[in-house]
Amino acid sequence: MTADRRLTLHVNGITHSCEVEPRMTLADCLREKLDLTGTHLGCEHGVCGACTVIVDGAAVRSCLMFAVQARDSMITTVEGLAASDTLSDLQQAFHDHFALQCGFCTPGFLTTAEAFLSENPSPTRGEVQSAISGNICRCTGYVPIIDAIVDTAKRRLESGK
Amino acid sequence: MTIPTPYIGTSIKRLEDRRLLTGAGRYIDDVKLPDMAVMAIYRSPYAHARINGIDLAAAKAIPGVIDAFCAADIETDLPAIPLRLAPFDGFERFLQRPIARDKVRYVGEPVAVVIAPDRYTAEDALDLIEVDFEPMTAVTTVDQAAAGETLVHEDAGENMGTSYRVGRGDADRAFTEAPYTRRERFTTNRHSAVPMETRGLIAEFDPDRPLLRLHGATKVNFFNRRHLAAAFGLPEDAVELIETDVGGGFGARGELYPEDYLVPIASRRVQRPVKWIEDRRENLTATNHSRDIVCDLEVASTEDGRILAMRATVQGDMGAYIRTNGGVVASKAAQFLPGPYRVPSFSCEVQFLITNKTPVGTFRGPGRFEANFCRERMLDMVAADLKIDPAELRFRNLMEPAELPYRIGELVPGDVNATFDRGNYSSAFKRLLDQVGYADWKDRQGEIVNRRAYGLGIACFIESSAAGPPETARIIVSADGSIEIRTGASSVGQGTETGLAQICADYLETDINLIAVLHGSTTLVPTGGGTFHSRNTVMAGNAVRMAAETLRSQCIELAALRWNTDSAGLAYQNGAVHRRDDPGTKLSIAELAIFAESRDGEELASDAAFDNEGKLSYSYGAHAALVAIDVATGVIEVEKYVLTEEIGRALNPAMVQGQAVGGLVQGLGGTLLDHMVYDDDGQLLTGSFADYLLPTSTELPDITAIALEQSPSEFNPMGFKGAGEGGIVAVAAAVGNAVVHALKDHNVQINDLPITPDRLRAALRAAGA
Ligand code: FES
Ligand code: FES
Repeated sequence: MTADRRLTLHVNGITHSCEVEPRMTLADCLREKLDLTGTHLGCEHGVCGACTVIVDGAAVRSCLMFAVQARDSMITTVEGLAASDTLSDLQQAFHDHFALQCGFCTPGFLTTAEAFLSENPSPTRGEVQSAISGNICRCTGYVPIIDAIVDTAKRRLESGK
Repeated sequence: MTIPTPYIGTSIKRLEDRRLLTGAGRYIDDVKLPDMAVMAIYRSPYAHARINGIDLAAAKAIPGVIDAFCAADIETDLPAIPLRLAPFDGFERFLQRPIARDKVRYVGEPVAVVIAPDRYTAEDALDLIEVDFEPMTAVTTVDQAAAGETLVHEDAGENMGTSYRVGRGDADRAFTEAPYTRRERFTTNRHSAVPMETRGLIAEFDPDRPLLRLHGATKVNFFNRRHLAAAFGLPEDAVELIETDVGGGFGARGELYPEDYLVPIASRRVQRPVKWIEDRRENLTATNHSRDIVCDLEVASTEDGRILAMRATVQGDMGAYIRTNGGVVASKAAQFLPGPYRVPSFSCEVQFLITNKTPVGTFRGPGRFEANFCRERMLDMVAADLKIDPAELRFRNLMEPAELPYRIGELVPGDVNATFDRGNYSSAFKRLLDQVGYADWKDRQGEIVNRRAYGLGIACFIESSAAGPPETARIIVSADGSIEIRTGASSVGQGTETGLAQICADYLETDINLIAVLHGSTTLVPTGGGTFHSRNTVMAGNAVRMAAETLRSQCIELAALRWNTDSAGLAYQNGAVHRRDDPGTKLSIAELAIFAESRDGEELASDAAFDNEGKLSYSYGAHAALVAIDVATGVIEVEKYVLTEEIGRALNPAMVQGQAVGGLVQGLGGTLLDHMVYDDDGQLLTGSFADYLLPTSTELPDITAIALEQSPSEFNPMGFKGAGEGGIVAVAAAVGNAVVHALKDHNVQINDLPITPDRLRAALRAAGA
């Protein structure tokens, strides 16, 4: 194998340094090297969305990106969505709407929704549905997830956040 | 402290959520142990082949690889994976050993194992394993299996796992005399639970202690412990099964699989903890498939549509081996074929055929989903033949409250006492029809709006819950007033912690936030039943209630000791004991826990086990689907869906709703999308999420799920019935019927699942559309 590379990653406002093989995915790097295990792997081939993280503002499937490609980028994972011991408004809405059961898909939905809402702060319900159509949930039937995202968008608009 | 009691019956927000929302959940792949290695499995690329040789040398030579092994390297002969459910005679000839020795029988069967420091290295090594396979003809259909030209297990001498006939009344006679009969063949598509988290295990095996600790276990840990202990020659208390957060079960996860043996063997060989995480491709070939049946169904009725008899042959495609779930799928399909209807005579031949595919097990609503599809499609055909409205036909045949309880007869061999408990099926059905506006729709079937044809389909179901062994609970109160519930039941992500805490909080009259629930692991309680068959709320729920009631009396006794008074003068209320004559004088449970501790270090704790003595509760209800079909493309949209389900009593209505909606959407997948497609060589063509399609957020109907609480179960004091499966069991039935109604002008019939645009177009083309 090609030799390990020294890599600096900016994740959730913290700068980490680690050694990775060039072929290591960003998902594996986050989980194995940085111990950020909130990013989950559901398929490792880019279909399920469980591994979604926010890279420079955009939702990215971390199973399809090499860690070395994320050099110099600003990465947010589920662990970075709220200050410790608090829930973000979106996380709270997921809680209020029963938008998770097993919770395995949840980090990917949260990151996907955050990236989407920052681009489109006043979405229609249909736009929310298509924004999360690349994320699979086997438990909830999606309805409460859509409700939670729509509700969060509405509250953010009302409060001018 | 004001306590928002009662908790039972209210939509308490889930206690599990916080850790899961912040990324702090601990699923099995999140667990890292010191010095842990990782293993990967070389799986058969052939459906049916002899193994002439396995060469692991090149794999072992990769730098970093710790060990590699195949069957020949395992000193002890490993026992077969046991049968847990429906263990019919004959199945013992088709059990699976954890690793293939001379022959492989399905794509995905384990052949060799590599252990390395990390998964990248382990998978590099897999590529270098050389196996000399001699491919054989693959058996890929039940007809081919029945013909028996190629034998999957030569020693058995046949591909028939077993077969039997069950029934009641005299069906043959009824058919001879009936004025109307019809016969149809139905097939339901092989698909699977596909939880978002794939399976995974970590074993720590120390043969000297001895101790085998297996992390990542769930569902039926006490059963699995017993068998793993026997397999490895260990006393039961030397085996610990540890449950972590679980990313969905739906029936498939937590059964004993080959890996439950291979991961411990790997750990024993390298004397360090070994982790195995299934990847998705493995998951689609290695985790149980389900639903794969062919059903030849006949019905006999009077001219006004009163059912006289049903006759059927149900053939289950079992895949290559009989695993822990034995004959559940096909046997339950047969048992539930008559459904909630008055079917005086019934006769069913059930056959279990062995093929070169992934072995079959349970998936949410096993056998029910299949049976409902076949029967409810048939009833619509009968209604059309006899020119009776489909709803009216059902009303004529649904059993009435006066006919219940009803002993259904021995429709599964050995299950002689099966009895539908009390209920009002017509009322749940009527509620559905009112909600969906059936009266308006019944004359509009096939209506074209915006070039799409509309149809409304309906279906009724009945469904059992809460089978199996007793469930246990232990409640412990700490000196700081916190309360711990420990149970043998598992959580597979459905909110078990919240539900049990609600019950405990009500019965102890305390704040729910004081309660923590620990579940599943064999280290928590001496024994337990586990989680399947929608049984947690019924079984573990009642165990928690009993433990809480015992704890209340214990508190009173302790307070009597403390105050040196007669317990008759004391009462328990709001988490404390007070004097009846002086309600202001109190001892809280925390104070009582401290007092108990001060008397020779006793714990304030109580244990209970709930046994329903095999008396099952039956949930029942009905589904309605409104579909719109583009006749030109065959694209089906389910626009609206309504379901009613009688569940006795809702512990947490929002969680019940979540079960119904989640189950229903899974069912839409099973009806329209999910399909394990094999070619003639037994190769799985749908081995990734790009090919194996699951429902996504853009395919949702407008959903109304109504939980009815009119008919509490008589078989447990809290009146619960299972609520985990009613959402899924009649989806194919209702959608199938809706599609046929929408296309009534083209006389298209739906007898096979999944209903896909290309299949629909083929049928429409054949009909000249
Ligand atoms: S794990 Fe990355 S998309 Fe599924
Ligand atoms: S909550 Fe289980 S997969 Fe979404």
